Amino acid sequence: MQTEILIAGFGGQGVLFAGQILAYAAMDAGREVTWIPSYGPEMRGGTANCTVIISDEEIGSPLVLNPTAVIALNLPSLEKYEPMVKPGGVLVVNSSLVNRGPKRQDIESIFIPVNEIAERLGNRRLLNMVAVGALLAKLPVLSLDQIKQALEDHLPERHKKFMEANLLALQEGAEFALKEGTVKVG
Amino acid sequence: MAKELLKGNIAMAEAAIRAGLEGYFGYPITPQTELLEWMSERMPALGRAFLQAESEVAAINMLYGAACTGARVMTSSSSPGISLMMEGLSYIAGTEVPVVIIDVVRGGPGLGNIAPSQGDYNQIVHGGGHGDYHPIVLAPASVQEAIDLVVLAFDLAEKYRTIVFIMADGNIGQMMEPAELPPMRPIKTEYPDWAVRGAMGRERRILSSIYIDPKDEEVTNYRLMQVWNQIQANEIRYREYYLDDAEYVVIGFGTAGRIGLSAVRMARAEGIKVGLLRPITLSPFPVPQIERLIPRIKGILVVEMNAGQMLEDVLNIVKGRVPVEFYGRMGGMVPFPDEILSEIQRMVCEGIPLDGDPRQRWMKRLAPVIHWQN
Amino acid sequence: MDTTLSAQIVYQRPQSLTEATMHYCPGCTHGIAHRLIAEVMDELGIRERTIGVAPVGCSVFAYNYFDCDFVEAAHGRAPAMATGIKRLLPDRVVFTYQGDGDLASIGMGEIVHAAGRGENISVFFINNAIYGMTSGQMAPTTLPGQKTTSSPQGRDVETMGYPLRMAELLSNLDGAGYVVRRSLHDPKNIRMAKKAIRLAFETQLRGLGFSMVELLSTCSTNWGLSPLESLKWLEEHMIPYYPIGDFKVAEPLKELKV
Repeated sequence: MQTEILIAGFGGQGVLFAGQILAYAAMDAGREVTWIPSYGPEMRGGTANCTVIISDEEIGSPLVLNPTAVIALNLPSLEKYEPMVKPGGVLVVNSSLVNRGPKRQDIESIFIPVNEIAERLGNRRLLNMVAVGALLAKLPVLSLDQIKQALEDHLPERHKKFMEANLLALQEGAEFALKEGTVKVG
Repeated sequence: MAKELLKGNIAMAEAAIRAGLEGYFGYPITPQTELLEWMSERMPALGRAFLQAESEVAAINMLYGAACTGARVMTSSSSPGISLMMEGLSYIAGTEVPVVIIDVVRGGPGLGNIAPSQGDYNQIVHGGGHGDYHPIVLAPASVQEAIDLVVLAFDLAEKYRTIVFIMADGNIGQMMEPAELPPMRPIKTEYPDWAVRGAMGRERRILSSIYIDPKDEEVTNYRLMQVWNQIQANEIRYREYYLDDAEYVVIGFGTAGRIGLSAVRMARAEGIKVGLLRPITLSPFPVPQIERLIPRIKGILVVEMNAGQMLEDVLNIVKGRVPVEFYGRMGGMVPFPDEILSEIQRMVCEGIPLDGDPRQRWMKRLAPVIHWQN
Repeated sequence: MDTTLSAQIVYQRPQSLTEATMHYCPGCTHGIAHRLIAEVMDELGIRERTIGVAPVGCSVFAYNYFDCDFVEAAHGRAPAMATGIKRLLPDRVVFTYQGDGDLASIGMGEIVHAAGRGENISVFFINNAIYGMTSGQMAPTTLPGQKTTSSPQGRDVETMGYPLRMAELLSNLDGAGYVVRRSLHDPKNIRMAKKAIRLAFETQLRGLGFSMVELLSTCSTNWGLSPLESLKWLEEHMIPYYPIGDFKVAEPLKELKV
C-alpha cells in the first residue's frame, strides 16, 4: 500500500514544511517514507512543491506522475496538478487564492479558505497546517494525533511557542473539510 | 541509534564525519552545497580541517596533499566541478593515495542545469583523468544506502589505496528519508607506512606520480591493474528485485534504479514476469551477475538518466545473446515509473529485435515525447 | 712554535641534503637555492618535521635532493597541495619550491589564494625568466624584448603582455607575512638570500602567515650564455625590472636578528 501526496504553492506558504511534518509522522509510525522537494532557481520565489510518499514496503520512485493526493495552495498549482491526481484521489485547494471551482468528477475536491482560517487563528503562516488537517480528514493515511505528536517531537525548539496554534490549525482544517469542504463540479 | 529524517546531502556529510573524516576541501556548487555547508559547521567544531577552496582545481589538489598524510579525507562536488578535478584525480590515482569523492550529478553537458542526472557515468566510471586507472564507484539509491556507502567508501579507499567515488544525483542529495547514522568512529591514531608526515626518526618518504623511466611507470601501471583485478574479484555490490522467475530484466542504478523498481512492481501487478538488477558498484560493474541472467531471460531494458552510458557496458557483456532495449531521459529530466512501465509492456508485447541499435530505436521513441512536452 | 694543524671542517654537505648528484645544468642556480634551504633547515633543526612540495619544471626532482619527506605536485598546484598537508598537520613545516611557469603562470590562482588566506607555508620561487624544462619558451616573467623559443623575435608586450612581478603582487595581500625578492648572482646576494630563507621559515614557525622568497636565478642553457655571462645578464637585465627588496615584512619579524 503506497500513498503519494504532492504539496504545491508559492514559496513562503510552508509547502516544504507541510510535507516534512507528514514525513516525520510517517517515520514515527514505522512506515517507509520519502520527501523530495522541487529544487532549483524557482526556489528563490515563485512556486515550490514537494512530494511525500508513504508506504509499507521499500519505496521505488520518489516522484510519481499521478499522486494519490494533491494540496494546491495557489492557482498555478491547481492548474498544473489537478489533472494529475489519481482517479479516486483527493485534491485540497486553497480557495482563498483561486477563482474557480473543481474540474474533475472522479476525485474528491476540498476547497478550503486556508488563508482566512489561518488569519482568524491569529497567524497566516499556519495556512499549511490548516491544509494538512483538511487533507488528513479525507485521506486516512495518518491520524491527526500522529501529526500532533510529530510536531511535538520534531518542531524546532524556536518554533515550539507556535505549538498550540499549529494543533488548532490542523483541527480547524479537518473540521472544515468534514463539514463543508467538499465541492462538486458544476 | 534511532532513525532520523535526513536529507541526502547532509546524511552523506555526517556519515563521512562519523567514519573518521579528518579533512574536507571543497567548492560550492548546486546541488551539493548543503554538504559543504554542513562540513563548514561540523568539522571546525570537532577540531578537524575544513577549507572552502578557491576552485575545484585547488580543492582536489588540497585533497591530494591531505591524502598524502594518510588521513581520511574527502571532497564533494557536482558534474562541472568534477570535470575540473580530473587533473588532480589522475595524480591521486598515480600516487596511490586513498580519497573519497562525492559527485551529486547534475544535468549537462556544459553549464547544463542543476536537476538530477546520471550524465557523469563515463566521466567517473571510465576514466576522466589521463592514464590507466580505475576508481571504485558506488551508486546509492536511498539516503540510508548513501550513508552506508560513504562509510564503506573510506574503508575501501584505504584497503586498496584508491579513489572511491559516491555517484549520487540531485534526487539523492535533496531527498529526505528516515535513516540511521553510524556511531562516531574515533579518528585513527596510526598512519600507514607510506604516509608523509615528517621524517621523524626514520628514512624520508616521497609520494609522487612521476616515474620518469617508462619501465618503472609500466611496473606501476601493472600494479594498479593487479589491484583493480582484486577489486573486481571482491567488491561487486548490487541489489536484485523479483529476479527469481523473471523473463525480463530492468537494469538501472541510483535514482533510475528506484524508478525502475516502481515500474517493475506495476508490471508485476499486470502479471509480467520482470525483475530489476540495480548495480550498486558501477565500478567494478556486476558483470558475472548479468552473465548469469543471460541464459534464462528474454530481454533486458537498461534505464538511465543519460543517453545510454551504462548501456554500452551492458551491451559489451551481453554481446548479442539476448535483446537489449534502452530507455533514458537526459539533461536533468527524470523519468516517471509510468514511462518505464510502457517500455516493459512494449518489450513484452512487441518483442525486441536482437540486432540493430537500441539507442537509435530509443531516440525514435523519445522524439515525440520531447516534441510533446515543448 | 707549534706547526701542527688539526683537521677542521669548514664546509660540508648540509644534513638536509641527500648525497644524490644533482641533475641541473652547469651554471644553473637551482643547486645554490637547494643548498641554502637545506642549510637553514639544519640551523633551525626542522628537517624531521619538514615536508616539501616539489613543482613541475626543472626542479621536478627536488625531492631527490632534500633529506626530508616530500611530495610531488601537479603543475602549479603546489600551494594547494601544501595547504592540504599543512591543514592536516599544522605543527609540521611545509614549503613549496616553484619555478616561474609553475607559480606565476599555470599556478597563479593557487599561489594568490594561498597568500590571501595567509596560509602558513613557505614558498621559494625561482624566477629565471624562462621555461627551463620544456627548453626555453617564454615565461610570465620573461623580460620585454627577451628572445625565447616561443618569442623568437623577442617578447613583444603589445601582443604577449608584460612580465609579472610576483613579489610585489603578493605583498599586497593581507595574508602575506613575509614577501621579499633576492638574487643568486653573487656571494653577497646569496648571503642575503639565505637570511631571507631563514626569515621565511621563521614566519611559518611563528604562525605569521604566508611567506615567499623570490629568487632571481639563471638559466645558462636556455639563455644561450656561459655561466659567467648568465650571472652578469641577471644583474644587468633582471634586477632593473625585478628590484631586490623587502615588499612585506610582518612587524614581529622586524625585531628578529638572523
